[in-house]
Amino acid sequence: MTGVDIGMLLTIVFGGASAVLVVTSRNVVHAALYLVMVLLSVAAVFLLMGAEFLAWTQVLVYVGAVVVLILFGLMLTKAPIGPMAVRSEGGRLAMAVSLGLFFFLASMILRAYGDTVIELRHVTTLMLGEVLYLGWTLPFLTLGFFLTAALIGAVVIARAEIGEGPEPDQEAIVPGGRDPVPSDASGNPGPAPALADPGKEVGV
Amino acid sequence: MQMQAAYPLVFAALLFSVGVYGVLSRRNAILVLMSVEMMMAAVTVNLVVFGEIVASSLGDALLSGQVFALFVIAIGAAEVGVGLAIVLLLFRNRASVNIDDADLMKF
Repeated sequence: MTGVDIGMLLTIVFGGASAVLVVTSRNVVHAALYLVMVLLSVAAVFLLMGAEFLAWTQVLVYVGAVVVLILFGLMLTKAPIGPMAVRSEGGRLAMAVSLGLFFFLASMILRAYGDTVIELRHVTTLMLGEVLYLGWTLPFLTLGFFLTAALIGAVVIARAEIGEGPEPDQEAIVPGGRDPVPSDASGNPGPAPALADPGKEVGV
Repeated sequence: MQMQAAYPLVFAALLFSVGVYGVLSRRNAILVLMSVEMMMAAVTVNLVVFGEIVASSLGDALLSGQVFALFVIAIGAAEVGVGLAIVLLLFRNRASVNIDDADLMKF
């Protein structure tokens, strides 16, 4: 039992408790904050295993960006921020499925890797960068194109289409995506900026 | 420095199972996305651990486990972006993020 093992056990207890709290918390914002703790404990696991670049990438991308995105999603959808009910009729079945899956996986892992000991190495950012840019160049570039396509797709999906939806709010839709502040030659003051109205639909 | 391989593997199995429970039991689409994120985190942990297991016995000059974990992190970020865009669109059309309300294409 080395020091790394003790740190790993502490991380597992912390992260596992946070993970259970994510799915059982009644408050959605609390669930997002518990998700931060889960992702931080995953980063701690990476750090304990000597994968320093992965650990900091995990902190930057997940804790920094993804959780902020999720919190923005919660606020933009006016989701019930307060307590909300877990569906009861499916909850018991879901509990049985996940407990069965966990005990199956854990028994298989302990049977196959119960006495495997890893000789840890320290993979520095320099090593990972050299391998990534020399040995994995094409997949890395493909990943860049993939990310660009995904972001463009997200913008296209989330953009408000004219004439779409149950009852399009004409004042909330800016034709052609122009600036809501009027600048046409007729001197018409035009409609007020749509987002200034707090009662309006948010997704413009 | 040595470490038991079973600890992080069991941790990943725990995260994956809890994520499965969240996907199956929660009705809020954003909570379902958060559970999927936890499952992807479990996959990245597994990739790193198995990469280290292979590297400590056979050697691994290309760091395959860590590079694939990096790719999974990037794809997870893209998935959250597109998923939240879909959730926003669903909210705009149905005024709800309950995934039981998205049953237009249900057989």
